[in-house]
Amino acid sequence: MEYNMEKKLVVVGGGPAGLAAALEAKRNGISPDDILIIERDRELGGILNQCIHAGFGLHMFGEELSGPEYSGRFIEDVKNEGIGYVTNSMVLSVSDDRVVTFVSPELGFVCMKAEAVVLCTGCRERTRGALNIPGTRPAGIYSAGTAQRFVNIEGFMPGKRVVILGSGDIGLIMARRMTLEGAKVLRVCELMPYSGGLARNIAQCLNDFDIPLYLSHTVTEIRGRERVEGVVISKVDENRRPIPGTEEYVECDTLLLSVGLIPENELAKSAGIKLDRITGGAVVNQFNETSVEGIFACGNALHVHDLVDFVTREAYMAGKSAAEYIKNNGELDVDSEVVGAIVCKAVDGVRYTVPQQVVKFEKSPAELKFFFRVDNIYKKVNIELVSGGEVIKSVSKRSVAPGEMESIVLSAAECARLYELNSGELEIRLNKNETAKA
Amino acid sequence: MNELTTKTLTCIVCPIGCQIEVRLSENGQVKDISGNTCKRGYAYAETEFTNPTRTLTSTVRCKSKSERFLPVRTSAPIPKPKLNEAMELIKTIDVSAPIKMGEVVYADFVEKGIDLLACKTVEE
Repeated sequence: MEYNMEKKLVVVGGGPAGLAAALEAKRNGISPDDILIIERDRELGGILNQCIHAGFGLHMFGEELSGPEYSGRFIEDVKNEGIGYVTNSMVLSVSDDRVVTFVSPELGFVCMKAEAVVLCTGCRERTRGALNIPGTRPAGIYSAGTAQRFVNIEGFMPGKRVVILGSGDIGLIMARRMTLEGAKVLRVCELMPYSGGLARNIAQCLNDFDIPLYLSHTVTEIRGRERVEGVVISKVDENRRPIPGTEEYVECDTLLLSVGLIPENELAKSAGIKLDRITGGAVVNQFNETSVEGIFACGNALHVHDLVDFVTREAYMAGKSAAEYIKNNGELDVDSEVVGAIVCKAVDGVRYTVPQQVVKFEKSPAELKFFFRVDNIYKKVNIELVSGGEVIKSVSKRSVAPGEMESIVLSAAECARLYELNSGELEIRLNKNETAKA
Repeated sequence: MNELTTKTLTCIVCPIGCQIEVRLSENGQVKDISGNTCKRGYAYAETEFTNPTRTLTSTVRCKSKSERFLPVRTSAPIPKPKLNEAMELIKTIDVSAPIKMGEVVYADFVEKGIDLLACKTVEE
C-alpha cells in the first residue's frame, strides 16, 4: 500500500489516555509535528466530555474537577504544544508492522507507517444482549453511558420512572443525575452481594436521594410492547441464580444497564496483539508495550480503571516508552541488555495483574509498579509479591474489594531481590490471614 | 451525662470512602469523630451533621455552533436542602459562546459567594 502521510507516533484515541500519552511523548523528545492523535468523535476529550459530575483529578491536581474540566486541561496542553490531531476520524486497521489506516472527512483515506503506536481506544459498555435478559424488546432500555450522553450532552431525558440494573459507578452517577433532572429512580439492583461502585457513590448518589439498593437481585424479565412497561426483579442465590418465588414486578418506563465495561480491542486484535482473558486488554510489560513490538497500550483499553488519574499516569508511561522506542530505534532501554523475562501471575484472590510481564535487563530497575484487582471483598489481608517461594514485599490492607483497583510498588532494593531470585515468575497473592470473607 | 448516639457515614471526600463514626449528643451536637483517615474527612463528618453540603454539577442551555448544553458546577459545595432549588434555577439559565472554562456563568448562585462555573471552553 502507498503511504500518504508520515508520522513517527500515532496515538489511537483522543480521550484522557491518548491526550496524556501524546503529551508525555512530546515531553520525552518527540516533535509535536511527528505525533498524530486520531479521535473518532467530533472533539477531543473522550468519555470525560459526558462525565459532568465532579470528582476527577484529586491525585493529579489536588482538586475535584468535573470530567470536561479534567480533559479540558489536557486538551489545552495538546493544543498549546502544537501536537497534531484529527477528529471525526476512524482508524480502520493497525498492522503488526505498525501500518495504520484511517478515514477522515478532510483527509479521506490515509495510510501511514508509524514508528510507534499507542492504543488508547478505551472501553465500551456491556449490553442487554450480553446478559441474556428474557422478555420483550421495547424502547426504553439503555446502557447507563448512553443515558449519560443523552442527558448531559444531547439534553434529552430517556424516561421518567427508572430501574437501574448494576451498581457500577456510571449507574450510580446516573441515578443521581436523573433524579436531579426530575425522574423517579425506583431502585438499583445488583447481582452480586456487594456494589461494584465506589462507596462514596453509594452515599452521595443513592443514600442522599433515598434510592434503594437491592444487592443479590437481578432483572429476570422485561415487559412492554412498544415501550418498557415494567421489569420483573428476582433475588439470586449464592451462585447468582434467580430464586423462584422471589419475583417482584416493578412498573417503570426505563431500564438502565450499568453492568460492566469491556476494553475495546478490535484494533489490537487486527495487529495480532495477545490479549489477557481476564482484563480483555492487551498483555503488556512494564513499559506498557504489547506483545507486538512498538505498539503500546494504556487506559481503559488495557484494563478498566476506576479513576482517570491512574489512566493518566499509565498513559504517561506508555507515551514515554513509545518516545524512547522511537528515539532508540526500537530499544526500550539503551543502557542495558535484555537478559530475560519474568511472568507475573495473579493467584489466591487476585484476579489479574498489569503488567503481566516484566522484561528483565542486566540492571534491575529503580521501581516496578503493578495494578491488580481482587476477586471478592476481603477484610484484613496482606498483599504479597512472591518470587521463587520468597515473599519480596508484603503490604497489609484493612479491606479490599473488586470494585477498587489496587496497586503495589517494588522499590529499587526489592527489584534487585526479584532479579537475584531469578525465578522467571512473580506471583501477586492475597494472604487472608484471618480468612474473613465478607 | 447525656447518652451519645453513634452514626456511621461513608466519607465522600475522596474515592477511598472511609467509614466514619460520629457520636452525637442528645441535642444533635457532634461529640466525637473516628474512622476518618484525613483532616478533610473529619471536616466532612462534622458538617454532615450541622450543615450538609454538596457540589452540584449540571448543564445549562448553550447557544453555540458545537454545543447545545454547557456543563457547569458550583464553585463550592452548596447546602444539601437547596439542591432542588438550585436545579430549578439552572433550568432558567441560558449562555452563549464564546465561553471559557472556569468562567462565572451565574454569580451568587443559591448562596452568596458561591458561583456557577463553566466546565468547558466553547469557542464559537
